[in-house]
Amino acid sequence: MANEGTGALVRVVSEEEGTILTEWLGLLKSGGALQTGRIREAELQTQAKTVLGQLRDALASGGSNADLEAYATLRDTLGEISRSRAIQGFTPTDTANFVLSLKEPIFSSLSRSHANDAKTLAAAILSTSHLLDQLSLHTMEVFLQSREDVIGRQGQEIAELSTPVVRLWDGILALPLIGTLDSARTGVVMENLLQAIVDEEAEIAIIDITGVPTVDTLVAQHLLKAIAAARLMGADCIISGIRPQIAQTMVHLGVELNVVSKATLADAFALALRRTGRTVVRKQPVSPSAS
Amino acid sequence: MRMTKTGARVPVTRTETLPIRSGDDVVRIRQAVRTRAIEAGLGLVDQTKIVTAASELARNALDYGGGGEVRVDVLQEGMRKGVRLSFSDQGPGIPDIQKALTDHYTTGGGLGLGLGGAKRLSNEFHIESAVGVGTRVTIARWK
Ligand SMILES: Nc1ncnc2c1ncn2[C@@H]1O[C@H](COP(=O)(O)OP(=O)(O)O)[C@@H](O)[C@H]1O
Ligand SMILES: [Mg+2]
Repeated sequence: MANEGTGALVRVVSEEEGTILTEWLGLLKSGGALQTGRIREAELQTQAKTVLGQLRDALASGGSNADLEAYATLRDTLGEISRSRAIQGFTPTDTANFVLSLKEPIFSSLSRSHANDAKTLAAAILSTSHLLDQLSLHTMEVFLQSREDVIGRQGQEIAELSTPVVRLWDGILALPLIGTLDSARTGVVMENLLQAIVDEEAEIAIIDITGVPTVDTLVAQHLLKAIAAARLMGADCIISGIRPQIAQTMVHLGVELNVVSKATLADAFALALRRTGRTVVRKQPVSPSAS
Repeated sequence: MRMTKTGARVPVTRTETLPIRSGDDVVRIRQAVRTRAIEAGLGLVDQTKIVTAASELARNALDYGGGGEVRVDVLQEGMRKGVRLSFSDQGPGIPDIQKALTDHYTTGGGLGLGLGGAKRLSNEFHIESAVGVGTRVTIARWK
């Protein structure tokens, strides 16, 4: 029965490819595939034409199981389309519908050609449905995987973006930490800091933790390691931005950073300038009226 | 019903249970505890204390207990409001609780200040642990 059905499917797709393609594109368009403007009509046409052609070739090999070797090219093409849709910001529904909306045109072609053979028609519809479901699941898997890849990459980018080392003056660096210091990010932070100390031949590194919401013993340990490593590279650290509630909590925890700390980054910078033999002076006295 | 000594008979106005399976869960727990602490009317210092204690205990349940869960209760007794957290895991347990509470004692290359620190950061602290069975640490912070 399955073979009978597959045979009918194979014949219909090769004999009525043109009709099926036209109907499929019609459905895609009326379903709103072009409305979001994420894809152009010509591109959609090319994709549909390629997929249908490869489906015809795969079917010609005799089977209607998407796991077969004959379907490798088609699976790759669908994977490619899914990947690009994930990046273009298509919804999962849009992506699944691309393949699923091929059912209707094939069903109508099958119904026309097998109007008098209910048994074969039923079998063919079953094989078609099964095959397109398999292919649609494949597109969804690739789609989700691609989305996860995108999210993972963004996470990495954020980790790097949010840990810049800023050169404040000759030999004076600042590392403004913002957000949660999880282990993955801390690695990047340390690496950036030490590299910058080497590159700038820095004498003083100011680590500003104004933007760190919680300083627990793990964060404290990361800070201690950074301070020790900086010292080995010849730079002294100043910690700034320890808010009063964080200072209290650190005392209760029993954490001692054993470095100079300043309330604000500005205070820390002033201290760093002094320590490196510089003073900041006002050029002209400020008149009382001008402020 | 599980009873703990910490605030055992105090009415609970809100309760939720969160999993501790990954580092991300620890972040989520800190955020949830912060939200509940604000809800209970805790000031900034007390919020920071209980959030930090939560971070320590969740990390311990993850690193040493192989993961577990935390129950977060908002308490109200008359005019008094507070937050109670109960961390539990089915890990190896702690053979010598006094030693584990000693500052700088660590078996995992940490600072060894988490357990003792969590105790100092809380108004109430209760720990029970059985080797081969697991560990439960319950803390509370009142407004
Ligand atoms: N949930 C737990 N299960 C088993 N052992 C634990 C647990 N929590 C803490 N411990 C033990 O107590 C020790 C001290 O914990 P802690 O004070 O948090 O310091 P640290 O985490 O830096 O080691 C740990 O090193 C560990 O041996
Ligand atoms: Mg710990």
